[in-house]
Amino acid sequence: MEFKIETISYLNENGEVNKGYKKTISDELLLKAYKIMQQTKRIDERMVTLQRQSVVNFAMPSRGEEASTVVSAAALKPQDWHFYQYREQGAIFMKGFTIQEFCDHMLLNINDTSKGRQMSNHFGKKELNAVTVSSTLGTQIPQAAGCAYAQKLRNEDAITMCYFAEGAASEGDFHAGLNMAAVTKSPVIFYCRNNHYQISTSNKNQFAGDGIAPRGIGYGIKTYRIDAMDAFAIYDTVQEAREYCRAGNGPVLIEAMAYRMGPHSTADDPSAYRTDEEVAKWAKKCPIERVKKYLIKNKLWSEKQDSELLEALAIEIEKCIDIAKKTPKPGIDSMFNEVYSDIPWNLQEQYEFLQEFKKEESN
Amino acid sequence: MKVMNIIEAVNNALHLEMKRNDKVIVFGEDVGGFGGVFRATKDIQNTFGEARCFDTPIVEQGIIGFAMGLAMNGFKPCPEIQFADYIFPAYDQIVNEVAKSRFRSGNAFTCGMVIRTPYGGGIHGGCYHSQSPEAQFLHTPGIKVVIPSDPYEAKGLLLASLRTDDPIIFFEPKRIYRASKCEVPLGDYEIPLGQAHIAQTGKDLTLIGWGAQHHQNLEAAKQAKSLGIDVEVINLRTLNPLDIDTIITSLKKTGKCVVAQEAPKTMGFAAEISALIMEKAFLYLEAPVNRCAGFDTPFANAHEADYMTDAPRVIKAIKDTYDY
Repeated sequence: MEFKIETISYLNENGEVNKGYKKTISDELLLKAYKIMQQTKRIDERMVTLQRQSVVNFAMPSRGEEASTVVSAAALKPQDWHFYQYREQGAIFMKGFTIQEFCDHMLLNINDTSKGRQMSNHFGKKELNAVTVSSTLGTQIPQAAGCAYAQKLRNEDAITMCYFAEGAASEGDFHAGLNMAAVTKSPVIFYCRNNHYQISTSNKNQFAGDGIAPRGIGYGIKTYRIDAMDAFAIYDTVQEAREYCRAGNGPVLIEAMAYRMGPHSTADDPSAYRTDEEVAKWAKKCPIERVKKYLIKNKLWSEKQDSELLEALAIEIEKCIDIAKKTPKPGIDSMFNEVYSDIPWNLQEQYEFLQEFKKEESN
Repeated sequence: MKVMNIIEAVNNALHLEMKRNDKVIVFGEDVGGFGGVFRATKDIQNTFGEARCFDTPIVEQGIIGFAMGLAMNGFKPCPEIQFADYIFPAYDQIVNEVAKSRFRSGNAFTCGMVIRTPYGGGIHGGCYHSQSPEAQFLHTPGIKVVIPSDPYEAKGLLLASLRTDDPIIFFEPKRIYRASKCEVPLGDYEIPLGQAHIAQTGKDLTLIGWGAQHHQNLEAAKQAKSLGIDVEVINLRTLNPLDIDTIITSLKKTGKCVVAQEAPKTMGFAAEISALIMEKAFLYLEAPVNRCAGFDTPFANAHEADYMTDAPRVIKAIKDTYDY
């Protein structure tokens, strides 16, 4: 059976909008999102370099998906909760995670929100309602459903945004989460970043149907597919989805079509599984360039302002990296505390053993 | 006080705590209007409404993931997994997510919840309604494991568990859900986690168990008495955190120990207790610690009676160890 869901798109590669389209995002918010997209791109580049220099262990750049993460977050409210997969640093920046907090996390120093316990690129912050990333794929999907049910029980003006990628939608937890949210009518947006690659596996080996979107319809969930290299399609759709959830209609699935321009992580080499031509084709669709062209065409921004922004970002980011480098690493106590609400005798014993062992070793 | 069975005690504890704490949410397969296949959640939905007690789709990883989201966002979920044998689709959510959330988030996103699940053999349940998978979760840092053995413990331990800000798996001994009866206070009381109960004092041998097994141990200890062996019977109540002090104090007195468990022998919790006794009281031992355990096979329905570590098998273990 042929079944195809159309892709919503408003802003083209030349920075022009469809005839008759009126943007809903304010100039001010668009400029803020643009700056955070540039910030995300710059930090991603720096983290990859720092990994090559062994300053950070691991990074997961998001080149190509900056609009998908930043602008989707821009369409939400501060009280909304975010669940991430991992490549959503743009979303947590938009939510208020600072460059310094990100650098402290990436370098796993004592100020890292996970206290140096996780791999890098596993950010989160309670005060932002931004749930800490775990490496497991798709597990956040039923969790987001439960979190949204909590919001529904309290009848809050808040929803849950659940990010994941198309590969994670093959996991059982995807189906578990969508179904749980649908039957409980919980206010959650399932935002599937379809970036076409799951490390080296391409979509043709990941699923046989028309992407992820039709699965939402199967679960009785309102579903959209958007061009996620188009800031306006992202903003308008996420906002509409938020209102729909908040009105008590239940969850929404958005399949956000983009392209992972960079490697899966610093441990990956995409040249082994895709061609330069393919990447070049997608590079023309750059989500940041589209917004920049729109801003300049509409006299909201200039090349001069752009160079000043990039320069200022570079300085700020280097300053934060320097501070993060100079901040001490967590002590060994951070390995033994916060496993439970208390410290049981066996952990206390093991902690004391390690302290003693280290003392003996250093003598 | 009222004479209750374990099901009634669990139900009574849930009623009390849901009344006291409006953050407690109960859900799982068939737990809503029907009240659960064992009726542990009977009348909860009628009393507290569908929003706080509801049926879920048949999806264990969905149930536990959903519970985690609720817990992170300020609620106290008490999901039911219909049989412990069916907890495995949720294994990843429990082991990788719920257990590690506090740690990985730097104490920010904690996941206090109580996962109730009936476990154990002796009801002709064959391979998939008989297992005792506690050891699989005792090997996971971040999870506490509680196993009551009678109605008094079921209520007191469940109330304490629901007031603990950690994820807890609360294994309920389904074989004695109705057979075990005792007087239970109608009011609020807690049995602290991490404290074992010395059910019977003795000087010759320490016998350790938990859950339904504890009743077989008591029976075996009674029979041992007639053979002239004075057995101290310890009922763990909480497996993690383990009350090591009670075990070691008893062992130092008796010098001999049998640990009885329904679960398969290899890598069972009896092995851990045995290792701990060797580490902490080796010079007091007068015989090797003896594990009286289930066999390393799946649970065979036709041979259930031969599989179970019931009193006669425990008696043999006691005699072997005593005469060592």
